[in-house]
Amino acid sequence: MENPKIKIENLNLHFGNQHILKDVNLEIPKNKITVILGPSGCGKTTLLRTLNRLSELNTEAKIKGTIRIDGSDILNTNEDVTVIRKKMGLLAQRPYPLPMSIYNNVAYGLKISGRQKKKYLDKRIEHYLRQVNLWDEVKDRLKDPASALSIGQQQRLCLARGLAVDPQIILADEPTSALDPISSQMIEEKFVELSSNYTLVLVTHILRQARHIADHVVFMYLGEIVEQGSAKDFFENPQQERTKAYLQGQFY
Amino acid sequence: MKIKSIGIGRSLRSKLHSSWMAVCLVVVIILPIIILVGLVLKSVPILDQYSLSDLLFSSEWRPMSGKFGFSGFIISSIWVTLVAMLIAMPICLLTAIHLTQYAKKWMLKTMYPIIDILAGLPSVVYGVWGVLFVVPLISDYIAPLFGKTTSGYTILAGAIVLAIMIIPFILNVLISLFNTIPTELSEASLSLGATRWQTIKHVVLRKAFIGIVSAFGLGISRAFGETIAVLMVVGNVIGIPKGIFQPGYPLPSLLANNYGEMLSIPMYDSALMFSALLLFIIVLFFNAISRMVIIRSTKHI
Amino acid sequence: MKKFAKYEEWFFKGLMYLSTLSIGLVLFVILFSVLYTGLPYLSWEMISSIPEGGYYYGKSGGILNAIIGSLYLSLGSTALAFIVGMPLAMFMNIHLVRNTKFVSGIRFILDLLWGVPSIVYGAFAFTIMIYFGLKTSLLAGIVTVSLFILPIVVRAIDEVLMTVPRGLFESALSLGSTKSEIAYRIMFKQCFPGIITAILLSFGRGIGDAASILFTTGYTDYIPTSLGEQTATLPLAIFFQLSSPIPEVRGRAYAASIILILIILIISLLSRYFTKRYEKNKINF
Repeated sequence: MENPKIKIENLNLHFGNQHILKDVNLEIPKNKITVILGPSGCGKTTLLRTLNRLSELNTEAKIKGTIRIDGSDILNTNEDVTVIRKKMGLLAQRPYPLPMSIYNNVAYGLKISGRQKKKYLDKRIEHYLRQVNLWDEVKDRLKDPASALSIGQQQRLCLARGLAVDPQIILADEPTSALDPISSQMIEEKFVELSSNYTLVLVTHILRQARHIADHVVFMYLGEIVEQGSAKDFFENPQQERTKAYLQGQFY
Repeated sequence: MKIKSIGIGRSLRSKLHSSWMAVCLVVVIILPIIILVGLVLKSVPILDQYSLSDLLFSSEWRPMSGKFGFSGFIISSIWVTLVAMLIAMPICLLTAIHLTQYAKKWMLKTMYPIIDILAGLPSVVYGVWGVLFVVPLISDYIAPLFGKTTSGYTILAGAIVLAIMIIPFILNVLISLFNTIPTELSEASLSLGATRWQTIKHVVLRKAFIGIVSAFGLGISRAFGETIAVLMVVGNVIGIPKGIFQPGYPLPSLLANNYGEMLSIPMYDSALMFSALLLFIIVLFFNAISRMVIIRSTKHI
Repeated sequence: MKKFAKYEEWFFKGLMYLSTLSIGLVLFVILFSVLYTGLPYLSWEMISSIPEGGYYYGKSGGILNAIIGSLYLSLGSTALAFIVGMPLAMFMNIHLVRNTKFVSGIRFILDLLWGVPSIVYGAFAFTIMIYFGLKTSLLAGIVTVSLFILPIVVRAIDEVLMTVPRGLFESALSLGSTKSEIAYRIMFKQCFPGIITAILLSFGRGIGDAASILFTTGYTDYIPTSLGEQTATLPLAIFFQLSSPIPEVRGRAYAASIILILIILIISLLSRYFTKRYEKNKINF
C-alpha cells in the first residue's frame, strides 16, 4: 500500500495475563473507509481503542509495538497524549453526550484547547451541526441539555462533537448498534460522504453494513488479523478458510 | 397417604413462615412512626408550657428554675457539624476522585481495607483518640498558633474527631457514585483531546454534582447525631460558642449527659425528649432529602 | 493554555495523593496513639478478672465483666435482629420481588432508620422502660441495640440476596418447591458467606455502640447471669474510666480501647475472609 494513513507493526496487548492482541500488523489507507470485522471478543474494539490510546487507561494493560500515523510513532513518543487523541474522533456503541447543552457538547473540544471568541464558536458549531444534518432540528434549542435529544440525534451530535476538533481520522465502534434503521442509514451515508476528507476506521459485526460501505476490510479472530484486503477482494475472493466460514455465517 | 401429609406440613410451614415475614415487615414500617409518636407525646408537656420560638431561640438553660432555652445546644451542634463537614468534604471528594479515576490496583487494595476499618471503629475509640491526641494537639500547637489559650476541649476538637468519623462514610457513598458514571463518558471527553483533570472537572464532576451534594447531605445527618466521641472532646460547657477554640455543648451530648438524672426536676425529662425529637427530625430531614435526590438522580443517568 | 492545564492537573493530583495519604495516616495515628498509651496498662489480669474492691481507685482487678457483658449484649442483639431481619430480607426478595415500588419504599424506610442516631434509640427505649416501670437490664440493652442494628442487618442481607439471579429462583419454583423452601434452601445456601458478613458487620456495630446503651443496660462489676440483671459493656467501661481523675484508671480505659479495637479488627478480618469466599462460591451464570 502506498502511504498508508495508519501503519501498525507487531502490536501486542495484554490485560493482566490475558493476551488480547497478538502480533497485529496492519495498514489503513488514507481517506477510505476501513472496516474491521470479526466475532465479538476478537479484540477489534480493543484495537480501535489502542489507536487513540484509550486502552492504556486500564492500569493492567501492557502494550508493545508501534502504531505510525503518517509515519510517526504515536505509542513510543514524548508527544502529549491529548494532541494524539485530538487527531482522532471516536464514535462509541451508544451515544454518550456530555452532561451539558447541545451547543457546549460541540464547543467542548474547542473550548478546552484554549479560549475562543464567541462569534467564531457560533460559526464553527453551526458548521459542524450542519455537516451531520442536525442543525435544522436543534437550531432553536441549542441551550437545551443534550440528553433531551433522541438517541439517533445524540449519535449525530457525538459525530459533530468529534468533527469539531478537526481530526484526520474517525474511529467508530459499532456506531449504529443502538440506533433505529433510519438513523443507522443516516450515519452510514454520512460516513461515505466523510470518507473523501477523513480516514475512517469502523468496527462492526454487521456483514451487510461492511459490504455496503467498506473500501478496505480487516478480519480479526481471537486477537489475530486473519485477512485484510480491499472490500472487493475480501468479499468476492477470500483467501483464508476462517474468513470463508465467517462470511458464510458459520460463526459470529 | 404419606405423601399427602408431607404436603400439608409443607404448606403449613410455608404459611407460618410467610406470616412471620409479614409481622417483621410491619415492625420495620411502624418503627419510625412509633419513635416519632413516642417522642412527640413526651415533648407535649414542654411544648404546652413554652412557645416553640422561646425553646429554640432562647439560650437560657436553667432547668432548676424552669428555663429551657435550646439555642446554645443547637448552635453548638451546627458549629461542630459545619466545621467537621468543611474538613471532611474536600478530603472525601479528592480521595474519591483519586481512587476511582487515577489509582492503581495496589493502591485500591491498601485503601479499601483502611477505609473499612476506619468505618468500623467504635465511636468511643474515636473519643479516646480525641482525648489522647486531638485535644493536646489543639491546646499545645494549634490554639497558640492563633494566639489563643484553651484546654483543648473545644468545638474544633469535636469537629476534627467527627470529620474523621464521617470521612469513611461519605467516601463510600462517593466512590459508589463515581463508579456508576459510565467510563465511556470520560473516554468521549478524553478523545476530544481533554486531559484527565479537564475531563474530571468538566464531565465527571458535573455529571455527579447532584449525587455529591446528597452524599454531603448524608454526611451532615450522620455528623449531627454522633454522640459519644464528640461528647468526650467538645468540653460540654453550656452557652453559645463564639468560635472554634471555645467549648461547646451539642444536642446529643445534652441528652447523653443528663438523661439518667432528669426525673427529679419538673419538665426536665420533657425538655430532654424535646431535644431528642429535634435531633430525630433534623437528622431524618437531611437523610430523607439526600436519599430521595440520590434515587432520582440515578434514575436519570 | 496547554501549560496551565498541565500545572493544574499536577496540582490537583498532588492534593489527591495528599488527601488519600492523610486518610491512611489518620488510621495509623489512631492505632499508634491508643496502643502507645494503652499497652503498658494491658495485662492478663485486666482481661481475666472482674473489678475488685477499690478498683476504681486504681487497685487490682480487670474488666472481664465488661468484655463478657459486651459479648452477651452484641450476641443477643445480633441474634434478635437476625430473627426479625433475615425473614424480612427474604420477604422483600422472594414474595415481593415483583412489587418493585413497595420494596424500594421499604428500602427507603430502612435507610432512614439506619441514619437515626443511636442516642435517639437509647432515649426512646429509656422512655418506654420508664413507662412500663422496667429496670435497666441486659435484656433492655439487647432489645435497644437490636432495634438500632436491625436496619443494618436487613439492608446488608438484602444487598446480598439481590445478587441472586432470577433464573435460579425460577428453576427452583418449577421443580415444585414452595416459596419458603426456596427461601431457606436455595437463597440461604447461595448467599451463606454474604449473610455471615452481614451478621459480622452488625455484630461490630452492636459491640461498639455506647450511646444506645447508656441508659438501658445499667452498669455492674459482676458478670450477668441472667437477662434481667444489669451488665457492664466495653464502650461504657472505657467511657466511665476515662472520666476518672486517677491516671491508673484512665490507663485502663486506654487498655480497654485496645481490646475493643482488637475485637473490631478480628471482625473486619473475618468478614474479609467470608467476602472472598463469597466471591469464589457464587455461581456465575
